[in-house]
Amino acid sequence: MSKSHIKMTINGRSVEALVEPRTLLIHFLREDQALTGPHIGCDTGHCGACTVDLDGKSVKSCMVFAAQADGSEITTIEGMAAPDGTLHALQEAFREHHGLQCGYCTPGMITRAYRLLQENPDPSVDEIRYGISGNLCRCTGYQNIVKAIQAAAETLSAPKEAAE
Amino acid sequence: MIPGAFDYHRPASIGDACRLLADLGDEARVVAGGHSLIPMMKLRMAMPEHLVDLRDIGELKGICFDGNQVVIGAMATQADVIASPELSEKCPILRETALQIADPQIRNLGTLGGNVANGDPGNDMPALMLALNATYEIHNAGGQRTVAARDFYEAAFFTALQDGDVLTAIRFDLPAPGHGAAYHKQKRKIGDYATAAAAVILEMVGGTCSRASIALTNVGDTPLHAAAAEAAIVGTNVDDAAIAAARATATSITAPASDGRGPAEFRTFVTGVMVERAIRDARSRAA
Repeated sequence: MSKSHIKMTINGRSVEALVEPRTLLIHFLREDQALTGPHIGCDTGHCGACTVDLDGKSVKSCMVFAAQADGSEITTIEGMAAPDGTLHALQEAFREHHGLQCGYCTPGMITRAYRLLQENPDPSVDEIRYGISGNLCRCTGYQNIVKAIQAAAETLSAPKEAAE
Repeated sequence: MIPGAFDYHRPASIGDACRLLADLGDEARVVAGGHSLIPMMKLRMAMPEHLVDLRDIGELKGICFDGNQVVIGAMATQADVIASPELSEKCPILRETALQIADPQIRNLGTLGGNVANGDPGNDMPALMLALNATYEIHNAGGQRTVAARDFYEAAFFTALQDGDVLTAIRFDLPAPGHGAAYHKQKRKIGDYATAAAAVILEMVGGTCSRASIALTNVGDTPLHAAAAEAAIVGTNVDDAAIAAARATATSITAPASDGRGPAEFRTFVTGVMVERAIRDARSRAA
């Protein structure tokens, strides 16, 4: 079986590698790239802990081969904060609103919420719940996750409104 | 879970894909979005030696309108279907159904072609394609052919597709303007297959049903076309008696498995509930 030569941009950094075609993207990210933010939860495409942003879309990286992501642009939870370490509004809001307990689902939750707010900057509670329906949390009961996403939506839209 | 080893191919055209499949024989599998195949590969219930990925084939993407006919490329994702304003306006049941499939991440990669070609009775789009009387375009190294969705499904995971075939597009005629349609799906949770689901499309003329299409998901080895239930509706004003008759004939053709979604009797009962709700919704949406 021949290896696949892949190139992609991960969190703004160009990456090149030789991988076995059967290498799942989540394994490539965690084991080859040492990006252990995306988690392996269910390994069956249900829980969303492995969610990353691939070419502007939320995907479950346990359901994609690294070879399929050749040529793509990927953002993981590690790519959310500013280079100086300032947290993204979503990260700040999850902290502020206690949007996590054990934290296992949080990287996937925030990565998904990031894309959700790009698609819909001012979502209703129902739209948030529907938008994160592919991400399971077994601790919080979701209330504070929804509150955190609402708060982040406000923060992210505030400067734009002030400038207008 | 780590799948068995395979070689990965990414042809750039339908012709290249067909030639590859002809050369590689029955050890090759086509992958579209991969959200049915990759889980099977992780469980090693599928162990293809070659994976032929269709993602680079531009001609398989896109949703085109050709007069009254719609052509959806096999690689159009559920998210593409949901995002198409023209499709949502002219045939909203497609969007309604796609929104009930899995979750946002899965819909971003899961394709219409994969959903209909896989032959899994749990997939939602096949029943809708039966209701729309869609046809599937199939290419292989020897040429191309068309198979009606109503003739395509033979048994669970057995379809009219042969080794070397690629399902490339889905075609159907738009239901008449003013039609009403609904897809009702009972599921235990987000991401689950249906306990039972029903697709209903009704055309009404002067208060009388002139045309009805009804098909069922996941209550048999294949999606089921409920022709007798359609006959019970056509020519009526879709009153309670007609709905009861349609419900009874639709449930009579089901043969669901008893599984985690409930005993067969329950799933048959739920089929009736889904059929009735979908008919009532479709009726209320028809002009």
